[in-house]
Amino acid sequence: MTQEPRLVEVRKNILKHNDVIARGLRERFREQGVFVVSLVSSPGSGKTAFLEKVLTLLSPHHHVAALVGDLATENDAERLARSGAPVRQITTGTVCHLEAAMVQDALESWNLGPLDFLFIENVGNLVCPSSYDLGEALRLVLTSVTEGEDKPLKYPTIFNSADVAVVTKMDLAHAVEFDEATAVANIRAVRPNMQIFKVSSKTGYGMEDLLNFLRSSRVGSTEVVVSSKRS
Amino acid sequence: MHELSIAMSLVEMAQEEAERISGQVQALHVRLGPLSGVFKDALLSSYEMASFDTPLQGSQLVIEDVPIVIYCSQCQVERTVDSLQWLCCPVCSTPATQILHGKELELTSLEIVS
Repeated sequence: MTQEPRLVEVRKNILKHNDVIARGLRERFREQGVFVVSLVSSPGSGKTAFLEKVLTLLSPHHHVAALVGDLATENDAERLARSGAPVRQITTGTVCHLEAAMVQDALESWNLGPLDFLFIENVGNLVCPSSYDLGEALRLVLTSVTEGEDKPLKYPTIFNSADVAVVTKMDLAHAVEFDEATAVANIRAVRPNMQIFKVSSKTGYGMEDLLNFLRSSRVGSTEVVVSSKRS
Repeated sequence: MHELSIAMSLVEMAQEEAERISGQVQALHVRLGPLSGVFKDALLSSYEMASFDTPLQGSQLVIEDVPIVIYCSQCQVERTVDSLQWLCCPVCSTPATQILHGKELELTSLEIVS
């Protein structure tokens, strides 16, 4: 005799496990007054060079650190360590994105208290990282001028999941005939009103605006904790 | 290809629920939005792999596509948007800043026999 199945309501976010960990991380970051910024982009768009520059420019005035995700090798962590900031590598093996639990594990026994900024560099991938909350306060999506103008249209979800777009390698814009107006229009078509920064990690172009934005975002998000840390 | 790890979470969630009420899962109903970052066909094939050799092997994954719904601040009304490449009100073209639906990645219900 075949039995009629009964419908049992569940209503659960499939990524609930990740979201619960991410919420815990966000709470921990907030309590400890560390402003966490994650970076997503395709491979080769200049995330590591950008982060190297950001760490170098911020470190004389702020306590900064970074976590870097990669499928394999510790090359990026070694490069970033040259900035003098503490850096930890997360090697994901075959996993194409970072998950909140990986961040949690990597931060184990790390005293975040003295930090002002923590940067998390995701695995180079414009698809998978978009689904995973890492507990960050701000997500930057990077796109380089050498990739052309239509990356946002091809990967709308990741642009939509990010808070701010950063166009990198602006020093090469002229050489590759980068059409800035089209790129900006494409970004805003998939993420209306998105704030966009144009930078060159090589020449430093645009970095000061970006750093000012990071500093003011941090103060805005952790005002109470920041003032108590300074006193 | 993160759909496999998502399919594995699905198997785990469904199995937990089935054990809790001592039943066997025949089908899973999932709501999926285009802004979830998950591709339907990849999730379907990943589910077969993830459920293989588990009590859920042979169960059916039923995916309901959730359209993107925005609130247009100009028209002051909810509107369905067809394109991920143009997140604007389809009537007045105002850029959409409030996304109400489209990010869903949700297990809504299970069909269970005891």
